[in-house]
Amino acid sequence: MTERDEQILEEHETDVITAFEEDPPVGGIVDGEERIPGAFWTRVGRYLPAVLAFFLVIVLWEALTRALGVESFILPKPSEILTKFVQNADVIWSAAFNTLIEALGGFVIGTTLGVLAALATVRWTAVHEGMMPFAIAANSVPIIALAPIANALFSITSPVSKMVVVAAVVFFPVMINTTRGLLEVDPAELELMRSFASTPRAVMRQIRIPHALPYFFSALKVAGALSLIAAIVAEYFGGPQDVLGQYIINRANLFQFPDAWAAILAASILGITFYVLILIAERLVMPWHVSFRSTED
Amino acid sequence: MTSPESVTPPPQAGLAIVARGVGKTFGTGAERVEALRGIDLSITPGEFISLIGPSGCGKSTLLRLIGDLTQPTSGTLEVNDKNPHQARLDRDYGMVFQKATLLDWRTVAKNVELPLEVMGFNSSDRATRAAEMLDLVELGRFRDHYPWQLSGGMQQRVAIARALAFRPSLLLMDEPFGALDEMTRELMQQEVLRIWTETDLTIVFVTHSIPEAVFLSNRVLVMSRRPGQIADVIETGLPQPRDEDTRESPDYYAKITEVREALRRLDRDVLET
Amino acid sequence: MTDSSTAQHINDQGQTNWYTRLDPRVRRVVAFLGVLATLVLLWELYKVVAKALDVTSPVRPDNRTMPHSWDIIWALFQPVRRGGELLIVTLTKASLFTLGEALLGFVIGAVVGFTLGVLFVRSELAERAFMPYVVASQTVPILAIAPMVVIWGAQLGMGQQLRVGLIAAYITFFPVAINTLRGLRSPDPTAMELMRSYAASGRAVLWKLQVPSALPYIFTALKVSATASVVGAIIGELPTGTRSGLGRALLDFSQQFGARPEKLYAAVLMSALAGILFVGLITLLEHRVVHAARRQPA
Repeated sequence: MTERDEQILEEHETDVITAFEEDPPVGGIVDGEERIPGAFWTRVGRYLPAVLAFFLVIVLWEALTRALGVESFILPKPSEILTKFVQNADVIWSAAFNTLIEALGGFVIGTTLGVLAALATVRWTAVHEGMMPFAIAANSVPIIALAPIANALFSITSPVSKMVVVAAVVFFPVMINTTRGLLEVDPAELELMRSFASTPRAVMRQIRIPHALPYFFSALKVAGALSLIAAIVAEYFGGPQDVLGQYIINRANLFQFPDAWAAILAASILGITFYVLILIAERLVMPWHVSFRSTED
Repeated sequence: MTSPESVTPPPQAGLAIVARGVGKTFGTGAERVEALRGIDLSITPGEFISLIGPSGCGKSTLLRLIGDLTQPTSGTLEVNDKNPHQARLDRDYGMVFQKATLLDWRTVAKNVELPLEVMGFNSSDRATRAAEMLDLVELGRFRDHYPWQLSGGMQQRVAIARALAFRPSLLLMDEPFGALDEMTRELMQQEVLRIWTETDLTIVFVTHSIPEAVFLSNRVLVMSRRPGQIADVIETGLPQPRDEDTRESPDYYAKITEVREALRRLDRDVLET
Repeated sequence: MTDSSTAQHINDQGQTNWYTRLDPRVRRVVAFLGVLATLVLLWELYKVVAKALDVTSPVRPDNRTMPHSWDIIWALFQPVRRGGELLIVTLTKASLFTLGEALLGFVIGAVVGFTLGVLFVRSELAERAFMPYVVASQTVPILAIAPMVVIWGAQLGMGQQLRVGLIAAYITFFPVAINTLRGLRSPDPTAMELMRSYAASGRAVLWKLQVPSALPYIFTALKVSATASVVGAIIGELPTGTRSGLGRALLDFSQQFGARPEKLYAAVLMSALAGILFVGLITLLEHRVVHAARRQPA
């Protein structure tokens, strides 16, 4: 992958997550006042069709499956899924909690290592040039194949075995994106710092890290989504009973699909919550960046 | 639609471009911008006209109107005795922009062939024409190079070759040398003049540079600030062929001063209103 | 943007050394091998040090849990079972099987994605109408539900190829659609005006300007989806009783880990190679189609 690829990739990943985050055109200046308040409702208005569409699909789904008498093992009804979701709430949420631990643990480890690797990469040229092609090759690897080894090394029932896989999955996007953010600095700014005879550490702190923060956060969002899915998928290779992945696969093997979907629903809720938390963190850390975005065009 | 031609078009019977009361307003309501107002001009075939004026005076907009890349909101505009839309469909003109905008996945020759492909010329005609045009701009050697291998000036020459590939009668140029350094600029000006004298082209040339306008054209049209109007028309009256000596002649300097004065008058008029 | 991959690299202190003076491509290979060698070194080092200090956490350093790197390689060239074929042969067959499953779905997904991209760029109405659904489709974590899809598909009598194909197609169509749309919109407005000045038809603009501009974007999406498709295929092999494929191999060798741990490690290695191969092939194709002409760092 070329540098341009990485750029496109990073933009793409941001796309996937933030497809709904595109800012609507702001009202502009009317009668001397900026129509910013309108922007909020314009934004709500933008999401509205999609949300309505979603509900419409659910309703149609329910109606059709009832009307056509579709068996639940072919296509479960939303109502069945919700029923199971409520009925089995304690089992599902207990499993979800365990999975969340795995996902969070892996997320933290992977992100930390990714950031450290990115910093090392920038500090020492050799590390950068070795790591980048390596990271790119590693991105091509189905990392999930690590799951059986992790299970063998760390005991199949231990959350650590899943955390390792999650960390591996999260490490590369975070490292690649953060590295790009750290490196993509105007050479003019670097020369400026050099003219002050500043230390590499100062360059890092004053110039590179602030530049890298947006990239870092977009990587975090991707990592957040990935970590939950990676945890569940790792569990498919084996794990304790009380995790979402095993729950899903056990139910699916018994053809109890509504139950399985209920677990997926729980996972989705977790995923969205996680994403929102990262968004909040982003807004707290980089208020300038976000407000800059909303007054653009 | 015109079918591909293998003969140069017949000389124009009437005027190349006629504008009467042409105006262009963008946007509506509180955000209207009147870019052009009451433009009257007539250009005879074979002339070399420059449009010059302060930033935002609408000279590029006027060029775009002629090229049917946008439409006037008032007045009438005729190109080769037709409306601009028809002229565009008939491929009467070629355009050169400030950015050469060559397609980077095509060789130089293939870039020149681009309009010919779009217009349905067959492959041997395309190859012949492209070769001719590249020779005209003296870049025949580079036919199999890629754009990134060429300098800015060379890329613009390819853009000119491309614009002329389908033998239009009219060439519209929008600050084509704006991004080039002074030395290259002067060379390119020479090139354009040479091409103009070797063909029957009518050229409308938008520029920011007074010396450039005077050096190249028969007439310089000075445009006022927004809303743009033709404030002045200055005949350059310099003898052809123009070359390095022309650049040092007193008449040349006098004309430059004349144009500069005309532009200054625009500011004074504004200050006095 | 600092293009460190082609410029002679001057580090932050503005100095050069033996390393930075090498040709960039040579540097890449050297560095890559360096990382690989470092990993192997770390592996063996851990074993030695942990054994000396009698450490068993986080991982036991003994040969049963952490076979020597050379033992893993050696195991590839041993028979899978008594009198059976070589491990490397079994794994290659498994890789090809899995890749094959993923390939068809991948191609179909790519075609669908591309078509959607073209549709959306030509018709703003279509984009407005369908884009929300397209984006919403990605909220379904297909990899997480892959086993369900596979089991469900089996119930409906679908063959393994079809089931995995569905998963791969689903994974691929979205990134390709989004990137196609992006890429189709990427040309300079000046270039678009140029085409208009030629009175070019919509079709001419599409194929002569927009699609060539979109190719780099599309290939990036393809590379991402390729790996995800392979992952989907592997996961899809887990719940069913497929006799072949990498998923099966991973499960089998997991069970044999106690006796012969090298086989599982070898299987993981081969899975990694399968992924790299798939993406590598796409990259090769990309080089021919995209990079040949343009000035892109290779």
